[in-house]
Amino acid sequence: MESTVKSDTLVVKNPQEIILARQKVREYARLLGFNLVDQTKLITATSELARNMVEYGGGGIVVIELIYVREHRGLRVTFEDQGPGIADLEMAMQDGFTTGNGLGHGLPGAKRLVNEFEIDSKIGVGTRVSLVRWV
Amino acid sequence: MEMAKANTIRLMSEKMDELLQHWIELHLTNLSLRKDMIGNENLYRQSKDFIEAFVQAADGADLEDINRVEWTSVRKILAEISTNRSRQGYSPSETASYVFTLKEALFRLLQKEYGLQPDILIQETLTISKILDKLGLYTFETYSKAREEVIYRQQQEMLELSTPVIRLWDGILALPLIGTLDSGRTQVVMENLLRGILSTNSDVAILDISGVPTVDTLVAQHIIKTVSAARLMGAECIISGIRPEIAQTIVQLGVDLSMVKTRATLAGALKLALDMRKLTIVQIGKA
Repeated sequence: MESTVKSDTLVVKNPQEIILARQKVREYARLLGFNLVDQTKLITATSELARNMVEYGGGGIVVIELIYVREHRGLRVTFEDQGPGIADLEMAMQDGFTTGNGLGHGLPGAKRLVNEFEIDSKIGVGTRVSLVRWV
Repeated sequence: MEMAKANTIRLMSEKMDELLQHWIELHLTNLSLRKDMIGNENLYRQSKDFIEAFVQAADGADLEDINRVEWTSVRKILAEISTNRSRQGYSPSETASYVFTLKEALFRLLQKEYGLQPDILIQETLTISKILDKLGLYTFETYSKAREEVIYRQQQEMLELSTPVIRLWDGILALPLIGTLDSGRTQVVMENLLRGILSTNSDVAILDISGVPTVDTLVAQHIIKTVSAARLMGAECIISGIRPEIAQTIVQLGVDLSMVKTRATLAGALKLALDMRKLTIVQIGKA
């Protein structure tokens, strides 16, 4: 079954800490031997989701894990905040939709950049997004 | 106990010279490598001021709360010392050891005085220890605050240094962007660009993002805004330095940069800029 080989947890509450999260993901992605394109995709997806967390969720934690499932190796990044939650997930996952003043590509774009993408949100409780990219 | 406290304070002013000398000796042993950085005379004067202020404060106020107004002058002297030391490159422990070595010197004094009265000795040691620990921590806090100020100032300096506007040719500007393009940076870039367009009367500007590590939707949005603002002033922007992995990522993200002229390299962008200004570079003779 799945096993976590190495992991790190970061608190991300401001734009400076988004940069630190990106750097950590880069470190893990290099360690796993991802090529430059895949590294960039992972880092960019991390940047989007971490920024959403800071902008809309009041900050939260980012967990970066090196995982093994049978013979597959991958990188999982989980974003968890205790913000207001997302009212309409279906809308939020559509391109061009934003409640702020961004471009509205953050969530759907991040989903396209990875292999697995899960999002779970409860009003008043918080939001949790988890993504995986396999080597 | 109050009696003893008054006694200790009296002891401190009576034996001031002995205390001072011992304290400075201890402190200098701790700073053995740094004698050059702080003049002995200066240190002596500073330390004398500190003990005098301490005696005065301790005489009037309780020894529990150093935030009280009676301790203002003590805090002021300490803040000055730690701020200076932080700027001079002393380490945090070297800075905090200033207060902690006073503790050692004082204990020796107390031991001489109360050596035959262990109860009072313990009580006094504890009281003095508590207050000096608090002052030591205060030194440490001021030290980090001064460091943070230095970092902040450097950040601001970097912000200005890192966004130069270069005139490549008549009417052609270049802005090499290096580092993370956050909202603050973008604001500086945009202002410098727009001012540069006006002052050099340029109508083409090249923004080179070779040195921008991550291009996400926020960075893309900042680029689009900058390009739009330049366009309002009658200048066309070219974005160069789009690396292969960035190109693929932008497409998958779903960001549409088709309204912006882009090139892979700065050389490509310069060629396009020259074309736009109806200029050409020709080779004369053999190289």
